[in-house]
Amino acid sequence: MLSVSDIIFYIFAFFAAYAQLFLLITFLENRKILDKKNSVTELERYPAVTIIVPCWNEERTLSRTVRSILNLKYPKNRLRLILIDDGSTDGTWQAILRFAKYPNVKVFRKGNGGKHTALNLGLEHTDTEFLGCLDADSEADPESLLRLMSYFEKNPNLMAVTPSIVVKRAQNAVERAQKVEYYMANVFVKKMQAFLGAIHVTPGPLTIFRKKVFENLGPYRYAHNTEDMEIAYRMQKNHYLIEQCHEAVVYTSTPLSIRKLYKQRLRWIYGFINNTIDYRNVLFRKKYGNFALFTVPSGILALLASTFIFGKFIASAINLVSTKVMEYQTVGLKLIPKRNIFDPFFISTQATLFIGIFMVILVLITVFLGYKMAEGKGKFFSMDVLYFFLIFSFVAPIWLLQALLSTAFSRRPAWR
Amino acid sequence: MNKNPIDWTKYLIVFLLTAGLFGVAAWLSNYFGGQKISELKSIQDNIALDILSSETQFSLLSDLSCKNMNDSILSGQLSEIGTKLEWEEQNMGNTPEVLYLRKYYSLLEIKDYLLMKNISKRCGTKYAFILYFYTTKENCSQCQREGLVLSDLRSKYPSLRVYSFDYSTDLSAVKSMLDIYKIKDTALPAVVLQDEALTGFRTETELENKIKKFFGLEEKSGAKSAGKSASASSTGIKKP
Repeated sequence: MLSVSDIIFYIFAFFAAYAQLFLLITFLENRKILDKKNSVTELERYPAVTIIVPCWNEERTLSRTVRSILNLKYPKNRLRLILIDDGSTDGTWQAILRFAKYPNVKVFRKGNGGKHTALNLGLEHTDTEFLGCLDADSEADPESLLRLMSYFEKNPNLMAVTPSIVVKRAQNAVERAQKVEYYMANVFVKKMQAFLGAIHVTPGPLTIFRKKVFENLGPYRYAHNTEDMEIAYRMQKNHYLIEQCHEAVVYTSTPLSIRKLYKQRLRWIYGFINNTIDYRNVLFRKKYGNFALFTVPSGILALLASTFIFGKFIASAINLVSTKVMEYQTVGLKLIPKRNIFDPFFISTQATLFIGIFMVILVLITVFLGYKMAEGKGKFFSMDVLYFFLIFSFVAPIWLLQALLSTAFSRRPAWR
Repeated sequence: MNKNPIDWTKYLIVFLLTAGLFGVAAWLSNYFGGQKISELKSIQDNIALDILSSETQFSLLSDLSCKNMNDSILSGQLSEIGTKLEWEEQNMGNTPEVLYLRKYYSLLEIKDYLLMKNISKRCGTKYAFILYFYTTKENCSQCQREGLVLSDLRSKYPSLRVYSFDYSTDLSAVKSMLDIYKIKDTALPAVVLQDEALTGFRTETELENKIKKFFGLEEKSGAKSAGKSASASSTGIKKP
């Protein structure tokens, strides 16, 4: 007889497997498009593009970010750069001033008002047909802009293109875990979402927009500290097409420690929950396409399922500890196992085990495809994958849970 | 404009694929679960054969048989099957197959108990017998603890044989034992020692004193011999 908890587990597991299979089927449908090498080296027309770099205490990374933009393979006279110091308290402004001498660079300094205010200041000073933002902790690959712009050339209806964001230098376990996650989420999943017309985030690192997007829909909003998600929601609501150019690579710095990663993800998940609440009237409505029927519901499901499974895990752990305490109180400390652990009979044969195995296989296939799309060759397993499973299985449910609680009690997470 | 239409066929196909994946998981679970049940049945059949053989041997040779009798042919595997059955109950739940095996197991325990009692009486071997009645964790908060106490005692005294019975086993032989010792489900856990029914949780010290008093057993010396004897001469104790 199944318990209520088992039934809930099976429902969550079913939809989690459904989401994974949906992405894999999308991949198979579009395999031929992905196999084609997009070796763009030139465009018919080079529209002017403005890149806005909002900075808040980024003195250490800013220089590399700006140099990566100046080194982009794009005509210099078609490229503008706006550097904005959003009330930094370190030497960011001095770092910005070093680039003020360049003719295509404009610099601004303002009081701290949040990333969206800095971006909006940049928007006010943008007079080009296209614009993008590059977070000051990221570096663009020299060919990235050219590749991104080629998508606009191919499709005049396109409103925004996101790049493949990968981890800059993955050295410790936390960064290496994120490297795998970025290959999965920011390369593979995002490309599949693009095929479905259902991208829900236009990330800070070098998403390129038509200026028309902001002219028609208005500037960036505060949006619970996730303005790059809100603008994508707003675009989807208005049926604006967003694509992903997986061949355009942007390298980003990722949190070095679990504590910093936790803070970042708490902010992202809190943003996801609250933007979804703000745009709840879009959910499950056919006219908003796969965005409303697949992307956002999958996110909600992932949030609830991870929290539930983690709760189940904690309950089992508490049960195990209390049983051990009871054993100790009853007969003292006994180290001899009660059953022969080498007998295969004692391996579980419950359906949950096989479902779990299938889920891990599906995730590994996704990791493999993410690696293949980003690095040109697939990888099912590496230490990075192990770190990914360890960190994201045990820590992610906690930030998900805290994001839910923060929403329930209206406690806004800090940016860093 | 984003005019990506919704492909309902794809939504349906993926639904069917996912259902298929779950179907495969359920099939694999059933298949491997069935293999385990077969394994348990096979072990139980072997035990039944062993017991029948011993009973026959005992009847044939009567008193002269003592030197030929040894417990290894009787119930060496009864302990193993008890542990496996307990695991299967936790893992698969009380499926009809598991309930059937539990009944079969209880019957084998009773047969082993009666035979060993006879051997012990006629041949003067020093064996101590404990009958242990328990029920589910929900209905008996102390049963788990009592099970632990008995397991520990069994490892301390190689000649102690513990036979455990689930109160809810739907088997007339078990019900007869409950009637004989007047055990009610409200008084579980219950331990029968030398025909004396002790209800409620009993501590290890209390039971140990009684074992020493009634059967004059000695505690094992040396872990090596104890481990060997414990597995050879005792049955699995269910801890709900």
